[in-house]
Formats: sequence, structure tokens, C-alpha cells
Amino acid sequence: MAKVLMKGNEAIAEAAIRAGCLNYFAYPITPQSEVAEYLCWRMPEVNGVFLQGESEVAVAYMIFGAAAAGARVFTTSSSPGISLMSEGISYLAGAQCPAVFVNIMRGGPGLGGILPSQADYLQATKGIGHGDCRMLVMAPATVQEAAEMVMKAFPLAEKYRNPVMILGDGLIGQMMEPVEFPDDLKSEPTNKDEWATNGMDHRKSKTRNLVRSLFLDPVVLNNNNLVLKEKYEKMKDEILFESYNTEKDYRILIVSYGTMSRVCRTAVDMLADEGIHVGLIRPQTLFPFPEEAICKAVTSSGCKLVLSIEMSMGQMLEDVQRSVLGACPVEWYGKCGGEVPTPEEIIDLIKARMASL
Amino acid sequence: MQSEVMFAGFGGQGILLIGKILAYAAMEEGFEVAWIPSYGPEMRGGTAYCTVVISDRPIGSPIIKNPLHLVAMNRPSLEKFSNIVRPDGVVLINTSLIPIGSGRNDVSELKVPAVEIATELGNVKAANIVALAAFVARTGLVSTETLKKCVKQEFAKKPKVIDLNMKALEEGIRAAS
Repeated sequence: MAKVLMKGNEAIAEAAIRAGCLNYFAYPITPQSEVAEYLCWRMPEVNGVFLQGESEVAVAYMIFGAAAAGARVFTTSSSPGISLMSEGISYLAGAQCPAVFVNIMRGGPGLGGILPSQADYLQATKGIGHGDCRMLVMAPATVQEAAEMVMKAFPLAEKYRNPVMILGDGLIGQMMEPVEFPDDLKSEPTNKDEWATNGMDHRKSKTRNLVRSLFLDPVVLNNNNLVLKEKYEKMKDEILFESYNTEKDYRILIVSYGTMSRVCRTAVDMLADEGIHVGLIRPQTLFPFPEEAICKAVTSSGCKLVLSIEMSMGQMLEDVQRSVLGACPVEWYGKCGGEVPTPEEIIDLIKARMASL
Repeated sequence: MQSEVMFAGFGGQGILLIGKILAYAAMEEGFEVAWIPSYGPEMRGGTAYCTVVISDRPIGSPIIKNPLHLVAMNRPSLEKFSNIVRPDGVVLINTSLIPIGSGRNDVSELKVPAVEIATELGNVKAANIVALAAFVARTGLVSTETLKKCVKQEFAKKPKVIDLNMKALEEGIRAAS
């Protein structure tokens, strides 16, 4: 298919359809409402279902129901809406049902604002639901990447029988960029007989599939959670990151993701034009986090300072500190009211910190 | 080489649309493009603006502090943004609604009475296409042929207005010469 110009939100919607997901339940919220706007006409074209729930709480359980039946299903929301879905996400994880959640983040806490933000990092990577609940989190930096990550998310959710999240900021949702889709990716979950309550007739195994997250026997619950733990560990196979300018000799390393990483990349280019080299690592998976890559980028170079640059009050900072293991200081820079820092701001910051190293 | 164009005016003037058409045309010519809207708690009749980035390399920051060019469709937009345009850029001024200049002597001003031209053609709504065509003709960011193709494509679902917009394109190009 030829390149088309699309908003990130529209590309996410189309990508889900290309991935064979024909079930979308959602509740509108800025800055991601275009997904619903797009799918309300597009889903009927492919005989899919778009149902607007009465709230995000209801949506999460519609997702749970469809996933339990073995259907590919996804939803999109923004920060406060994801908080409301949190309970249902934990139930999905507990019952080991796959689904895809897209969070196009806006500022917070509370109702916050509607402009771009990355302030749900900790929620997504460490606190998406109660209990020992984790999910694989991917963060796109372009519209094309947002589409690709959505298409990848469904098979990954099924592989791990666990929810997967695409974590984008408001700008990824609102911006238009060229995007190219593969012609046909449509597929079905290949392993759904492992969990789906889709009838016994066609199954070789005659054990019943029970969709449940209630295990009153402490030993059984402990064993269930050990299975989850093993899956969360195994998710490290999916770690993705991009290194930029790290082949050069740098004294400062930036770690940044999503829209913010693009701003940093421009700053790195502009500084390189002046003969100042700064390395950049862009995590594409936030959980699991590319800790080894960051550690290596620090220990195998003359790096004296790591900057975690994010549109939040320093949330990824903790993961970066954990990765660096005290090898050098880690500092935070960012904004989180909805403004996106400019490359010029980053350049001023780097020059000021360079002078004091 | 990277060029950034800021389109600004009242909500309802078709600002976001002409930004999108330019982005489409540049994409058709093989450039990397990004279209970044101002989104926020807007109201009818409020300001609307968007930035289009056109580059021969992958686009880094979508946040542009100083765009190269400005297309100002109303006075508040010109007053707000004329100072952030980079030297040697083009500033298009819709003189039908803007009685003042940019106050800059290091940019190239392009004065187009877009509303009058569109009204003469029979529909004031085409003022945005007049301005876009004039801007493209002056800057050469894309060819006017590609632009024509993309305008036709944009209005493919509204064939009744294609003629009007083709005329608006021609008049816009003429206004820039």
C-alpha cells in the first residue's frame, strides 16, 4: 500500500484493523478521540464491532469478556481513562487474557490538561493494576512506529497471555505523518485454545478453560503469581531500543523516549554540528526496560553524566538510575504541563552541564 | 534541508486543511513531512494554527520554535507570530483582513487579498486555497502541478467545489507573480 498522511490516532486505529482486531470498545477522551471517530465508520466496513461503553470501567470489562472468548480486542484512552480501566487490566493479567491498551497521555494528576505529557510512565511500567500485575509497554516516537507497535502488540499479548500497552503522548496522537501499512496482516490468535472459553468440541484437550483471577487457596495463588513472574521475566526477550550518536566519544548520555526523544535527537544533531557529541538512547520498550544497553553505554564510554529527559517530573529517571548502578550521576530534565521542551532548551541545558563537568 | 511553515488564522478559515494539503503535496514529491496542529481547549472563532515541516531527512523535533515561513490569515496571527519567523522566510499576509505589515525588513512579504479574490470567484471559503497557492508559487516548496493534484484529491468527495478551488489556485498563483 502507498504512503498515506494520517494522524497518529487514525494510524493506530487502522493498524489494529490490519492486525486482524475487529473488536474495539472505548469511551471518548481528548487527545485520542480520533481513534473512535475513525473506527465508528471503519469497523462496520470490515464487519467489526465498535461499541462505546458507558464508562472506562465498563470498557475494561467488555475487553475482558472479548479476550476471554478468544477474540482480538483493544481500546484506546488517555490518562484519567486508563486509571479507571486499571482494575480491569489487573483482572486480565490475573486471568492471563490478552488485550491491547493504548494510552495517549495528557497531563495530570487529576483532570490535569489535554496537552501532551509522559506523566503516566510509572503507572504504565510499575503500577498499572493492583496485585502482582505488570504489562509489556511500548512507546512510539513516530506515527509509523505507532502503527507498527500496535500491529506487533496483538501477537505479543497472545504470546504472553497478558495485556500489552502502547504508551504515546498527545502529540503522537495528534500529529500527521506519512504511514505505510502492510497489505494484509490479518490473523487470528493461534494459541487461543489455551485460555479461550470457545467451546470444547474442536479441542483435542478435554480440560475446561476457566477464566478467573480468584484463587482463595494461598498456595494456588502463589503458584499462579509465580507463573506470571516467569512471564514478566521472559518479556525481556522483547526489549527494544535505539542508540543514536553513541559511536562517538561523548561525556553526556541522554535517555529519552517518545516525542521527547525526537526533540533530543534534533538537539544532538545541532550540537554535533558544533563539534559537541552527546549520545542518545531511546527505549522503545519501557517495560521491560533496556537497562543493560544503558549501563553499557555509560561504562564503555567516557560518559560523566546521564540525563533522563521526559515530559514528566522525573519518572523514567528511577529506571535510568537503576540501570546505571551508580556508575555516574543521573539527572532529570523536563516539563509536564503540556509544553514540549524545544531542541534549543536541551542544547542550553547540555552546554551548561558540559561546562561544569 | 528543512523548511517549516506555520499556517495561522481564525478557526473556520480552513487553516488546518491547507496545512494538510501542503504536507500531502510534499509527501507526494518524496519529502519527509510532519503536520503538527495546535490542539487545546479551542472555541469557534478562536485562533487555529498548525505547522508543516518538510525535510529531505527524517524529521526530528516536531516542535518548531522559529518556523521559516508564515501564512497569516488574520491580524492576531500576524501580530502573534511575525516575530518568530526566521530571516529570509516568506510571510504571507491576507490583506483583506490585515491592514498592517509584518514590521520586519529581513523577511519577504507576500501580500494577497485572499478574501477579495475568493469572493470574486463566488465563494469566500476558497480564500485559504488562494493563499496556499500564492505561498507555494512564491516559495516553490512543491510544484504547483503537485499542488493542483492534491487539491483535487482533497475535494474528491465534493466534486461540486473542485472547479471553484481550481480557479482559486490559478488566481492565487497569479497573485504571487
